[in-house]
Amino acid sequence: MSDPVKTAPLVQLTDVGKHYPKLTALNTLSMHLNEGEVLGLFGHNGAGKTTMMKLILGVISPSHGQVQVMGCRPDSKAAWHMRAQVGYLPENVSFYEQLTGLEVLTYFARLKGFDKKHAIGLLEQVGVAHAMKRQVKTYSKGMRQRLGLAQAFIGQPKLLLLDEPTVGLDPIATAEFYQTVDQLKSQGTSVILCSHVLPGVEQHIDRAMILSSGNMLASGSLAQLRKQANLPTRITPYGLNGALRQDSHLLQYLNHHPDSDTLFVPEANKLTTLRQLLAYEALLNVDVEPANLEQVYQYYLTQHQAEQGQQLQLEEGQS
Amino acid sequence: MKAILAVASKEFHDGLRNSWLLSITLIFAVLSIGLTYFGAAASGVVGVASLSTTVASLASLAVFLIPLIALLLSYDSFVGEQESGTLLLLLTYPLSKTQLLLGKFVGQGGIIALATLVGFGSSAVVLYWQMDDSAVFSIFSTFILSAVMLGLSFTAIAYLISLSVTEKSKAAGLALITWFLFALVFDLALLALLVGVEQGVSQQGLTQLMMLNPSDIFRLVNLAGLDSSDVNGALAIAIQSSLSQGQLFSLLLTWVILPLVGATFIFKKKKL
Repeated sequence: MSDPVKTAPLVQLTDVGKHYPKLTALNTLSMHLNEGEVLGLFGHNGAGKTTMMKLILGVISPSHGQVQVMGCRPDSKAAWHMRAQVGYLPENVSFYEQLTGLEVLTYFARLKGFDKKHAIGLLEQVGVAHAMKRQVKTYSKGMRQRLGLAQAFIGQPKLLLLDEPTVGLDPIATAEFYQTVDQLKSQGTSVILCSHVLPGVEQHIDRAMILSSGNMLASGSLAQLRKQANLPTRITPYGLNGALRQDSHLLQYLNHHPDSDTLFVPEANKLTTLRQLLAYEALLNVDVEPANLEQVYQYYLTQHQAEQGQQLQLEEGQS
Repeated sequence: MKAILAVASKEFHDGLRNSWLLSITLIFAVLSIGLTYFGAAASGVVGVASLSTTVASLASLAVFLIPLIALLLSYDSFVGEQESGTLLLLLTYPLSKTQLLLGKFVGQGGIIALATLVGFGSSAVVLYWQMDDSAVFSIFSTFILSAVMLGLSFTAIAYLISLSVTEKSKAAGLALITWFLFALVFDLALLALLVGVEQGVSQQGLTQLMMLNPSDIFRLVNLAGLDSSDVNGALAIAIQSSLSQGQLFSLLLTWVILPLVGATFIFKKKKL
């Protein structure tokens, strides 16, 4: 018999749904996460992100379907050992205000079987070691967030679930955070990043999943999503002026905006267009910008809303 | 076990930091020493009153104070952490709900127990020094032990409250009402029953009804052994058909365990 833990993905959701008496938090959904993979989970408030995290953490049980984390059901008694290897940063958490940063982290470390030394090391890693003897109530938003991250990193977890990890972090701290994620990933840690769409998150995630009101709208690598959405690449040439509007081939990609020289080119025609542009002697510079995550996200959301609108109309028409 | 201890030590240190331990101990010590010295002031004498008078007045004070303090200390134990989000986080740790509850109980119960022991113990020492009667210690050990159990019982009741609501302010209101019911309304209702309903309740029935209130059990434990001249009201009647101390203590223990079990049950059902 082969070891199921090694071959199976670290996290596997099969047809999982969570219903409350008054609302459906999560519709039937399947996903999996492999070792060392970083998944971005995107959606508005109430999209089901937090519900999905809670299901994976085993804090709530699914209404139907199966959740498997490291080879066991996270809400079962057998999940005991799994929990020591999972780190979680909740979206809204305010730690014990009257305790010092070090006391807070030592408490959480003890609960996972680690000591004060481990806690100090983590505080140094996230950069709040200078304030660890101060009470948490004196901390800024960013420092609290770092403390929360240190808490999630206790015991080098195999699986990290981070809910809005960069809220309140300044750009430098955000960059540092992503570095840490990359580093953890290279050590084989799987990460689920949950957020509204963030600029700069693209390079650090392997796959993205877009949720809206409990439904999975799209899932896959960013390149796949882009392709599926068929969003154009933006190409902005400089120095061509009128020449652009005289070329019938280029004209079709031009925005209807009269002053804008930006071309919206389908991914498949990108290279041909670029070659054509490069043939112009007058070309000074060219910007190429593929559709970013935010646009992909917008695309799927508007599409979903349009579908729902149609459905609603249909239902109204029937009744 | 390690997890329970980690939680317990955190809760205990919280109690130290918030000066809960210090203030409760001081309140108990000042009140009990004051009562010891001036308890007989009503009869025109200043000085140590008789042992039974002292314990009777201490018991009737403690029966109001201890439940109030225990409820105040613990009413936000869970709902507070739920509001700040740490409860959800704690539950993702390798820590079961029962362990978290027990850890909190050991920590906060420890604060109550230590404060009771030191606060009332100090007056026992003063009394012994004044009276040189070793009966002081036997009576006081009964008093302190039952006071600790009364405190633990209301700590567990506070957890019941803290786990059944989702807002801290609601828990506070509910705690106050609970205190009011157990400390005042219950006895008034008993008295009304006794006076208002002719041949309604037998002595036996009255005693049984009193078992529904941990405060009354505490009173019975402490007043049963004393001169009935220091005791009046519904209690005096109940004492005459009193149960043994052992029975009363085990009933008090039931009042600690039952709310704890109930709280665990609610915690397990609780949605987060």
